[in-house]
Amino acid sequence: MSLGDIIDRTSSAWMRADAPSADVVLSSRVRLARNIAGIPFPHQASEADLAKVADQVQRAIRTAKGLADLVVIRLSETPALDRQILVEKHLISPQHAQGAKHRLVAIRPDETVSVMVNEEDHLRIQALLPGLQLEDALKLASQVDDMFESRMDYAFDEKLGYITACPTNVGTGLRASVMVHLPALATTGQVGRVLAAVSNVGIAVRGLYGEGSEATGNVFQLSNQVTLGRSEGELVDNLAGVTKQIIDQERSVREKLVRERKDQLEDKVNRAYGLLSHARLMTSQEALGLLSDVRLGVEAGLLPGVDAKTLNELMVITQPAYLQRIMGKELGPHERDVRRAALIREKIRARKEGR
Amino acid sequence: MVCDECGKRPANVHLTKIINGVKTESHLCEQCAREKGELDFFSEPKFSFPSLLAGLLQHDPGFAGPMTLPGSVTSRCRSCGLDFSEFRNTGFLGCPDCYDEFRPRLEPLLRRIHGSVRHTGKVPGRTGAAAGKRREIENLRAELARLVAKEQYEEAAKVRDRIRALEKDLAGES
Repeated sequence: MSLGDIIDRTSSAWMRADAPSADVVLSSRVRLARNIAGIPFPHQASEADLAKVADQVQRAIRTAKGLADLVVIRLSETPALDRQILVEKHLISPQHAQGAKHRLVAIRPDETVSVMVNEEDHLRIQALLPGLQLEDALKLASQVDDMFESRMDYAFDEKLGYITACPTNVGTGLRASVMVHLPALATTGQVGRVLAAVSNVGIAVRGLYGEGSEATGNVFQLSNQVTLGRSEGELVDNLAGVTKQIIDQERSVREKLVRERKDQLEDKVNRAYGLLSHARLMTSQEALGLLSDVRLGVEAGLLPGVDAKTLNELMVITQPAYLQRIMGKELGPHERDVRRAALIREKIRARKEGR
Repeated sequence: MVCDECGKRPANVHLTKIINGVKTESHLCEQCAREKGELDFFSEPKFSFPSLLAGLLQHDPGFAGPMTLPGSVTSRCRSCGLDFSEFRNTGFLGCPDCYDEFRPRLEPLLRRIHGSVRHTGKVPGRTGAAAGKRREIENLRAELARLVAKEQYEEAAKVRDRIRALEKDLAGES
């Protein structure tokens, strides 16, 4: 398994559609921030310090039990387009993709675990799973954390816990997040109210509203706000609890839409499906909006023959860098819109005919 | 409407963020939104730390006051040389030792951000073995007091013995 294999594979473990609550929750992520004692944080570190961190991490991967399968990628030696693909696959952050010297990412072949080295902190251990699986993601990240810790001295303060470059991460160093797809709450104008309510219980919300929210994918991110003073389990339980409430609300509005406005809903999802199946020019913004509508149709049982995994895959492979990788060359914006439309037609139709 | 960031292109991405009940709205063009990572939804949520910090400082004259408190804390970290004013601008500390160097000024800030200054979660197995034992002793002492209050002396004696064993371990390690 190499970087090329990871990049060429269009589907990742987190895209599986048979995961718990995958009708609303796209993915669950837990990341742990860790630093090595006695070495300045990356933004303040000398090149020699950064090299020391990279060496220690690579030695740990070679020698610690359970880490040997991680594929280590040196970002400074990776082409810009490939780095961008790692961002589109959610394996590294946009900042890390700038590819400065001694920046690494170590990825488990199934892409459930990635470890960014010398990003904001020395180590950022991330576990990414499909659907609502926060507890499992925590378990996975924590296991990888233990393996690294068996080989390196972490900066840990008895009172403050794990030490991080930014005080907003100190303590557990844990940021848990879920991506939720809330088309029914958004269409009925209730999403603002629901999300404002959760922000009062220690959960931060990020959302994208356009003029007419259909055009933006109706995807929202929820994450824990504090990292200190509560245990990892408590933080994850709190987020999972809030997410479950949102799932219930979204599902009940979807059922209501099917019951009371079935004609409009069927019209909307089939129009979106029609556009995706036949359009010749497609921007990524428009694609996200239409994919959201089609997904709602699939989850509501109104669009047999399309599966959610294909939609997850399309969310990634219709992004600019991925598209260019698939086409094997750099593309201008117009050409990307042409290729994107073609790729979507092909994937969506293959599904339909495959049944 | 023009983009808040570049002031040139039309704003077609409208962002609403709600953090701790505070709602902020921004209007960007697609290009600036992408550059700021706002369209990459799977990435980490970004907290604008300087603005968060600025908000906190407004309510804390002690923290916003002179850089060097007379005779108590230094303004430069002796390990990495970071000046505390740099932290106030960027939101990033320089090295793990900064937390010891600036502790009196960081703790009020941590309390405001997190509502607590005591880690209650995971303790690293090796690095924190001693820390873990001390925490366990603390927990056992609370347990002991509870058992004594309930007059469960037999159980209490067992807990007391475990505390003694842990204390002996700790003494042996240091």
